[in-house]
Amino acid sequence: MNRPSVDRPDPTSDPAYRLFVKQFGAVRRARLNRTLLTVAVALLLFVCAAAWTGFLPATIAAGLPRIGEYFGKLFSIQPKFSPVSMPVLALGHLTGGVREPQSVAYWFYRIGTYLSLLWQTIQMAILATVLGFTAAFVLSFPATSRFNNRYGIVFAIRRLLETMRSIPLIVLALILVWPFGIGPLAGVLAMAVHTAGSLGKLFCELNENADLRPVDGIRSTGGSWLAQIRLGAVPQVLPGFLSYALLRFEINVRSSTIIGFVGAGGIGQELKRVIGFNIYEEVSAICILILLVVVMIDLLSEQVRHRFIGSMS
Amino acid sequence: MTATELDIAAERDRFPEVFRGQGWPRRALMAGVIAYLFYLMWLFDFSRVFGGLPKAWTILRLMLDWTGFAGWDHAELWRSMLETIAMAYLGSVLAVVFAAPLGFLGARNLIPGRIFHFVTRRLFDGLRGLDQLIWALVFVRAMGLGPVAGIMAIAVVETGVLAKLFAEAVETIDRGQVDGIGATGGGFVARVRFGVLPQVLPTMIGQTLYTIEANTREATILGLVGAGGIGLRLSERIQINAWDQVAYSIVLILISVAAIDTISRFLRLRLIGEA
Repeated sequence: MNRPSVDRPDPTSDPAYRLFVKQFGAVRRARLNRTLLTVAVALLLFVCAAAWTGFLPATIAAGLPRIGEYFGKLFSIQPKFSPVSMPVLALGHLTGGVREPQSVAYWFYRIGTYLSLLWQTIQMAILATVLGFTAAFVLSFPATSRFNNRYGIVFAIRRLLETMRSIPLIVLALILVWPFGIGPLAGVLAMAVHTAGSLGKLFCELNENADLRPVDGIRSTGGSWLAQIRLGAVPQVLPGFLSYALLRFEINVRSSTIIGFVGAGGIGQELKRVIGFNIYEEVSAICILILLVVVMIDLLSEQVRHRFIGSMS
Repeated sequence: MTATELDIAAERDRFPEVFRGQGWPRRALMAGVIAYLFYLMWLFDFSRVFGGLPKAWTILRLMLDWTGFAGWDHAELWRSMLETIAMAYLGSVLAVVFAAPLGFLGARNLIPGRIFHFVTRRLFDGLRGLDQLIWALVFVRAMGLGPVAGIMAIAVVETGVLAKLFAEAVETIDRGQVDGIGATGGGFVARVRFGVLPQVLPTMIGQTLYTIEANTREATILGLVGAGGIGLRLSERIQINAWDQVAYSIVLILISVAAIDTISRFLRLRLIGEA
């Protein structure tokens, strides 16, 4: 029992306290109602969308075992000539020779092909990043209104960059395969266009934040527009540019692994082939290799960014 | 007052490192890099660019010629576009449902234990390390053509991405609030609910909305491998060289993505008060 003490009045009789309780309750109820309404709308949308796209519990229930089976096959190599279809990946088997269907040697027996394709994939990303960087670098200065007072040109270049980056990369590659033929060239060009678009926007933003005093200083000594940019702006913005370019390189390595799905070169073309023919051990081998390469490039690029850019800025 | 040759020589003596040329190692390095780039261009057959340009120009002209606009199958394209958005939404919501508990589990400050932390983080890395398109291709093989495979692909990859982001959000919270709940006798659940959740919820909502935006972009291409949505229509149109409809589909994609971005920005403003 809570008895009010003698020298303190009962707080519940205080009108200010009652008002507080009442208003606090009202605010809490309103917030709860709003949360419930948001969740209900999200849920309703979810149910409608699921019913409409056929993402039904029955479909998933029917599909899940097949997914399990598929992934089971991916990572447990079945003996080719055994009638028993049991998962047979045992540690002892892994070290067997090429003839042993469960060994690493059998699993990765085409490692030479994969490695050369992966190397091609990385080189595609390198070339695309450099080409895109060059285009973005050249375009970003005339697209910055502080360095260029012809606003028509600024506007036109900005829209061009926007178009270049907003077309999905794979779609661009698929379109470019028609004029430039199947092979890595179309992939490199598509990635270069996409890179130029996305880097161009970021470079423009860096230019907007650059310090104008060095530029003005060079103008005051009679330097040409090119000299103003080259000696006034570039030294300030270059570390930021390179940092963004390295990030973009990581993204391009990821993209170049899939760009082969539409016939634009790299490991993706091989991956699509082996998935199509259900050569399970090769699918998992390629996936593992791609994963390794992506993680390695990310770590490497992070190191370079920290050292190289850190020392420059 | 202008600088004379004498002044310049004096400055050169004072700051030799500024006036020194770049030196031959750096020049050799630059030459090597440029030679390598030319080698790459040769490797990828860049001479074909000039042969392909007239063809590319023809395709661009065909893309911009919309005279057959009335005869196109608008209903099909719009339906596919809506399907793409629905796929992105379903996949993202599923990913949030899976990623929210995983994010809390993967946070170092909630669940101590180096090995557990390492295993959960590598799991997230593995999920998001392979591109969505690869997952979609695998799911199409496993579950058949259609949007369900695309939704699964989005959900799997995005679970990895969001779980990592959520875990990082939980790791950067202010410890005091959690300790305060603990000091009043709150258990683990109470500490998470009243100590952690209020701090991370705005970040999580923001990231969820970003995810839906990003996945709308991503989902437009999943159809290229048969996982439903506008990508399938797009690849059909490219196969039959209907370049005008290809351009129209791309415009549809751009409009839809912009619309989703706007809605998402509005929701972010309403729910967490920042754009």
